[in-house]
Amino acid sequence: MRAALPQDALLEDEASRRTYECDGLTGRRSVPDLVILPGTVDEVRAAVRLCHAHGVPFVARGAGTGLSGGSLPVAEGVVIGLSRLDAILDIDLARGRVVVQPGVTNLAVTKAVSSAGWYYAPDPSSQQVCTIGGNVAENSGGAHCLKHGFTVNHVMAADVVLPDGELVTLSRDDSGPDLLGLFVGSEGTLGIVVSATLRLLRTPQAVRTWLAGFESTDKAGDAVSQIISSGILPSAIEMMDSLTIAAAEAAVSAGYPKGAGAVLLVEVDGPLAQVDDDSAAIEAICRACGAFEMRAADTVEERARLWKGRKSAFAAVGRISPNYYVQDGVVPRTKLPEVLRSIAALEAEHGLRIGNVFHAGDGNLHPLVLYDAAIEGQSELAEKVAVKILDLCIEAGGSLTGEHGVGVDKACSMPKLFGADDLGVMLRVRDAIDPAGISNPGKVFPTPRLCGEVPGPYRVHPLERAGLADRF
Amino acid sequence: MDPKLLDDCVHCGFCLPTCPTYQLWGEEMDSPRGRIWLMKATVDGTLELDRTVSERFDRCLGCMACLTSCPSGVQYDRLIELARERVEEEVPRPWRERLLRKVVFALFPYPKRISFALRFASLPAPGPFRPLAELAPPWRERVAPPMVTPARGEKIARVGLLTGCVQSVLFGEVNKATARALAAYGYEVVTPYNECCGALALHAGHREDGHDAANRAYDAFKAAGVDVIVTNAAGCGSHMKDAHLDIPVRDVSELLAAGNAPELHPLPYRVAFQESCHLGHAQRVREEPRAALRSIPGLELLEPADQEICCGSAGIYNLVQPDAARELGNRKAGAVLATTPEIVATANPGCAIQLAASLRRAGTPLPVVHPVELIDAAITGSWEPKSRRHAP
Repeated sequence: MRAALPQDALLEDEASRRTYECDGLTGRRSVPDLVILPGTVDEVRAAVRLCHAHGVPFVARGAGTGLSGGSLPVAEGVVIGLSRLDAILDIDLARGRVVVQPGVTNLAVTKAVSSAGWYYAPDPSSQQVCTIGGNVAENSGGAHCLKHGFTVNHVMAADVVLPDGELVTLSRDDSGPDLLGLFVGSEGTLGIVVSATLRLLRTPQAVRTWLAGFESTDKAGDAVSQIISSGILPSAIEMMDSLTIAAAEAAVSAGYPKGAGAVLLVEVDGPLAQVDDDSAAIEAICRACGAFEMRAADTVEERARLWKGRKSAFAAVGRISPNYYVQDGVVPRTKLPEVLRSIAALEAEHGLRIGNVFHAGDGNLHPLVLYDAAIEGQSELAEKVAVKILDLCIEAGGSLTGEHGVGVDKACSMPKLFGADDLGVMLRVRDAIDPAGISNPGKVFPTPRLCGEVPGPYRVHPLERAGLADRF
Repeated sequence: MDPKLLDDCVHCGFCLPTCPTYQLWGEEMDSPRGRIWLMKATVDGTLELDRTVSERFDRCLGCMACLTSCPSGVQYDRLIELARERVEEEVPRPWRERLLRKVVFALFPYPKRISFALRFASLPAPGPFRPLAELAPPWRERVAPPMVTPARGEKIARVGLLTGCVQSVLFGEVNKATARALAAYGYEVVTPYNECCGALALHAGHREDGHDAANRAYDAFKAAGVDVIVTNAAGCGSHMKDAHLDIPVRDVSELLAAGNAPELHPLPYRVAFQESCHLGHAQRVREEPRAALRSIPGLELLEPADQEICCGSAGIYNLVQPDAARELGNRKAGAVLATTPEIVATANPGCAIQLAASLRRAGTPLPVVHPVELIDAAITGSWEPKSRRHAP
């Protein structure tokens, strides 16, 4: 690597490598042997080719914000960080397209085109920091993917370095099987995206955000189902329960309705006439479902105020509890009230508080299991409860992950959702492209080794506590 | 270091895009999240605090942009301060660095010495002192506001102006303008303390020196019987506010906002305002200086892009990390010039020096002023931009 890459692209010292030992899922850590920060696509290829030649596993990393451990390094492996490939290569507004390198942040794409009246639709909560490369790998969503779709709906083409170092261009215009669709969301197991052509949308003429306060999540859940079945497609429907409302109030004084057991944030965008029509229908449905307070906001500032509580919810919960575990599951929209009741039962059964804040419109739950790691046994319990919540989602006909990915965190749960045949087919596809299994190994697919270890936050092993063993 | 402060960080990474060094190099260990991770590792004993680690802390500008972008309320200002203190105690520096830091700390807190040294700034400087000479403005006569400036009209309060070390030598005009403007807005202004407040020392890891100086300043203001301590240098203001004194500390723009505004003459210029990190991120004073500038008839207020990113001045950073500082300065000059201003305003002497040097390198030496100088000019109605070249 020293011969093939410039000196400043290689991080060899222990301190530097340590800072790459985990992503947003800090409970899982592994210090890579080498971190490579390529400055060009050729350097990415050179690094991957050498890994391929010597059978060294590599893990691509963007900003390291993932919550499922998708960019967790592999011991004795290499991390390829794409942070320096951060150029916007081309802006073609006539075609509504932009070509970016993988290290460009999600929000930077919108910022580059917003003054001309365009934006990039997928908007993960981490959009100010997460990168397009990571978005493509994880098929990231966001609050507004209800109407506008996930990353896969907005990537038109991508240049990809395959696990043997070959550079290929995958495009929607290709004939044959949809290889671009296969690549988006493959969580780094099929190669590294080195440039992406993204579809832009026109900034809508009007955007209106509704805040509705309900007595209970049941009533709010009813409203969600009725809004969708009435044929309206809001750009976002978000729900928060009383615990997360209280946390948001304490942290940022969001001004949510007092005494609400649940609030809904419903946003509609489009031509003004349609926004007006949809708004009238949404208000009527919410009131009929028992909303006791409703507010609407049209301007950027007013809408930001309504969104503030929702956007700060995770961090706010961090302020009322020493630790929390973020879960990511999906249920059919109509099963929302039922699953929420089952989650409440788990709360009572195990004595841990659970906050619910989620993308209600598409049934994507983000339960927050609150615990105190300083209390012996609580982190294990929190994790157990989090896994039980996933089981509830699967039983209700839902899925393991809405948008955080499988990564290492949920690899062990894959067999609960997919049979041996399903997993076998997935592995055959992966083997076809990465026969040596060096591109982000240990992710997505369960292996015996992985399942012997527990995912989740770091805990001191009893042997370590007793001074009988070291973690290394 | 306090493990509780470290545990506040949930590793979300929201600080990365606003960190100047992460923007420059794209390296995790040169980001707030990475530095906190290293602090944790040295505290839990899994990593030794040696030069490879301490360099990462040295490279932090202390701009506090991460305080603004952090959703979890991590007190990075305290953390980096504590880390730097540990570095100064535990990690020996190479002789060149030791010498440079010695000279810097023997020079800057002492107005008379700065004034003396400036006479030699045009001579060729050896190795590590080159950045000092590159940034230094030409020598000029020191000017200072009177000991007492009576309030015009009804007196709101008696305020003590911290004239500062660097500010009083290089920007005496700013101090004079501050006293005149505050007087016009209804404040009686006294200047009982004309030494360093300790901000430079504290931000570089010399915590005790920093606190001692702040206490000396406090004693002088207490003896002078002031109701409020007022600062016009963002770094000093942030330091004095953090010292938890029992006299309130305010930035000059905060007092202007609360004062009785006199009638202002028009100043028909395009003015780019560059927010100082220690005013915006550290003190969270953002609206007041802009409101003051907007209150001047005819003045067009311009906002450069990437306002939240440091200009590279950062206390003594442009002296001890000259390459990074120069690159950040160039980027800042580019963002400022893109707004096509006629005047550049910024509320901290370090930023003013850095911006002036960067604009000079870009071949566009615009006048760089403190916002209060424009207020002062609008009060008197006498402003001649072409003849003014602050820190040229």
